[in-house]
Amino acid sequence: MRFRTESSPHMIPAHSVGGVMQQVLMALVPGTLAMVWFFGWGVLVNVALAVLFAVAFEAAIVAARKRPVMATLGDNSAIVTGWLFALAIPPLTPVWVTLIGIAFAIIVAKHLYGGLGYNPFNPAMVGYVVVLVSFPREMALWPAPEALSDLSLGLGQTLQTVLTGSLPAALEWDTLSRATPLDAMREGLGSGRTVGEVTASPLFGSFSETQWEWIGNFFLLGGLYLLFRRIIHWHIPVAVILGVAIPAGFFWMLDPDSFASPAFHVFSGAVIIGAFFIATDPVSASTTPLGRILYGAGIGLLIFVIRTWGGYPDAVAFAVLLMNMVAPTLDHLTRPRIFGRSRRGPPPGDGHA
Amino acid sequence: MQLHRFHGGLKLADATDTSTRDPVLVMGVPSRLVVPMGQHIGEAAEPCVVVGDHVSKGQRIGQSKGYIAAHVHAPTSGEVVEITDHAVPHPSGLSAPCVILHSDGHDDWGDSRMEPWLDWDTRDPRRLRQRIRDAGIVGLGGAAFPTAVKMNPRAGQRIHTLIVNGAECEPYISADDMLLRTAPDAVFEGIRIVAHLLNVERVLFAVEDNMPEAMRALTETLPDELRSLIRLVSVPSIYPTGGERQLIKVLTGQEVPSGGLPADIGMVCNNPGTFKAVCDAVIQGRPLLSRIVTVTGPGVQHPRNVEALLGTPFADVIEAAGGYAEGVDRLIMGGPMMGFAVHDDAIPVIKGTNCLLATRPQDTPPPGPLMPCIRCGECAAACPAQLLPQQLYWQAKAKDFDAIQDYGLFDCIECGCCAHVCPSNIPLVQYYRYAKNEIWAREKERQKSDLARERYEFRQERIEREEKEKAERMAKKRAAVKKKEGGEGGDDEKQAAIQAALERARAKKAARAAEKKGEPGSEGASGERPDETSNTTSDTSPTDGDSR
Repeated sequence: MRFRTESSPHMIPAHSVGGVMQQVLMALVPGTLAMVWFFGWGVLVNVALAVLFAVAFEAAIVAARKRPVMATLGDNSAIVTGWLFALAIPPLTPVWVTLIGIAFAIIVAKHLYGGLGYNPFNPAMVGYVVVLVSFPREMALWPAPEALSDLSLGLGQTLQTVLTGSLPAALEWDTLSRATPLDAMREGLGSGRTVGEVTASPLFGSFSETQWEWIGNFFLLGGLYLLFRRIIHWHIPVAVILGVAIPAGFFWMLDPDSFASPAFHVFSGAVIIGAFFIATDPVSASTTPLGRILYGAGIGLLIFVIRTWGGYPDAVAFAVLLMNMVAPTLDHLTRPRIFGRSRRGPPPGDGHA
Repeated sequence: MQLHRFHGGLKLADATDTSTRDPVLVMGVPSRLVVPMGQHIGEAAEPCVVVGDHVSKGQRIGQSKGYIAAHVHAPTSGEVVEITDHAVPHPSGLSAPCVILHSDGHDDWGDSRMEPWLDWDTRDPRRLRQRIRDAGIVGLGGAAFPTAVKMNPRAGQRIHTLIVNGAECEPYISADDMLLRTAPDAVFEGIRIVAHLLNVERVLFAVEDNMPEAMRALTETLPDELRSLIRLVSVPSIYPTGGERQLIKVLTGQEVPSGGLPADIGMVCNNPGTFKAVCDAVIQGRPLLSRIVTVTGPGVQHPRNVEALLGTPFADVIEAAGGYAEGVDRLIMGGPMMGFAVHDDAIPVIKGTNCLLATRPQDTPPPGPLMPCIRCGECAAACPAQLLPQQLYWQAKAKDFDAIQDYGLFDCIECGCCAHVCPSNIPLVQYYRYAKNEIWAREKERQKSDLARERYEFRQERIEREEKEKAERMAKKRAAVKKKEGGEGGDDEKQAAIQAALERARAKKAARAAEKKGEPGSEGASGERPDETSNTTSDTSPTDGDSR
């Protein structure tokens, strides 16, 4: 009798790339719903459009590269890229901005480097940074949260706004949009007010503005799920959060009037989603345990530095891209000790050649 | 006892319940046996019988060559009908020399049985070691390393700890489990013999915690006088605890040095089956002729353990387990993690055949589409050698053989944990095997060309030296002639030139003669052939001929 011969192990594989990405998508759901709750339909419209564009670009370029289209789409990575990009941009961003960002993310940052697994930079963050530096006006239009505003847009109006780029009659950007807490803090401190005066606003909750805190909490929930399912390891998220909190805490203790509290930093902007969902993109991150800690800490530190002394109110995307550059070197320098060897120096014996 | 952990590893679902329900079935003698000459690590044995010979049971039919090698014996009495290449259990699927026996049905020992040594404890360790070698015993855990070699530590090496590796960590395999349930006393006797041979201070007997019945049998049978020597230890069943290095780490917390052997830290590790074989060889004078094989998997009707003669075709063994189940399409020798799929069931049982695993497509589906590595690092988290499989993969793919060795390729034990957890279906272990083989091949090639270069350089040096000496001689002569003759040097100079030309011609002739005789590298040969000076590669160098 003849048999098939394939190489070991002869087991049903424990994981698949598509499955891993699916778990990531599931973990994004609670945070995304929280954003919809606070910022309206726009978030959902953005996610839908960005995912659609990402999958379409991916399919087109994979077909152009003469690779199997369905198998590649099955890894779900384009959906993750589109989704993360959509969460980074303001909810009423015009559709052409999304299209340009996703084109950069999928075509330039991902496939020009060889596709999934070969991209040195996080594609979603490349796309976001491209639109952030190219279209700063559109990127600044975060609407005032629904819960705190009597103006709310229905799904139809939201769609219209996103697709045409102009608000329905009788609405003005000035009344609809409002500074994010990071903007507020930045401007407040810049104009000589103290941290206490800025956070005295009724919009602030315990750490940051209420809605941002809650969004952070729900992304944290998804992140903990990923940790629990062992899709990600603790090193990067913990290092990112501590990387922000420790320097923030240090300066805050020196001068609590001029520097926001570490809790404000962690729960404002994109730190939580960045720590659990963006910095943990395996392809562009460091892969050794110590490397991951240094990588995450570097991201955290850069976020704090750019927020405090740099030109942008938030800095997760810049910090991630900067650390992406260092990741291969970190991997090389932080190799774990091999079994049966000392940490430094050559192996004790040489019995193999 | 304080146990330790090794990095990574996998918790795999145990699948031994079906194969341990029935007692070990001692299979009959098949009518035709195929006995491979290479059943062990090291050089294959050489047949020492000829076609037509009648052999008795236990007679040596394969003579070991070299130090790391083992004899092969006739598993039963009968006639040698053929000595030929036959399909053998090897990942390559290639054939290798085998002695093919037709059994005469008598299973007759003739006078081939070695003298039983009931008084082994009075024997010299060297003679015990020789007995183990004579009996053709190899490690029965699967790797089949010649046991006598392990029993012979290097000068100055003191073995203080003997480890019995009853940590059968691959899912499905239960051969050791059943052996320990069935014949714990023989195993203990074998341990006593080896402990005496190596003069060890302690024996650590590890059994995985998912083999409670084996543990019970051992606890009940352990003789009182051995309780101070042998310590039974239940170890957690984490794959690959049964790896020698991992088990030593779990039991002692010590790590076998990279590239070294357990003996380097005073330990020797063997499988329980090997101790049973030592007991049989010493006490009964019986060489290694049979072994326990687990026949299991969803692809067989009635999974169980059998004791099969070496040389029994796999098909017969499967038959003993009730035959194949519907839809079987893969037959694996060894466990699901490290075993290899064979293409044919005419292949015989050998000393390392601990398990035959038959599966259907739904149990072991064809590998899914190969996806790119996403550097998730799950492989590194699972690697018990603390390597970075994702980096080794890149380096193997890029054929960066310096970097891959720097990253510890040769510390890889090929346990397959990385490949199992890989979400991208990358056959990682295959890449590492490829890189290892490529490096070995290059190393061989390099040694060959180094030798050629050395010889070439030596020859160049010699030619230069000779030229210089000749020039000196000529100068001396010329000076002498000039001194003697004053102004009338013309004729003598001519004479000297003629002399030199004659000498050159003679040397050339000699060189040609030497070359014809085929004495490459012999002194004076081809000494004046300037056209050869640019050849440095091994294929054009004269050394190529004699290095084959």
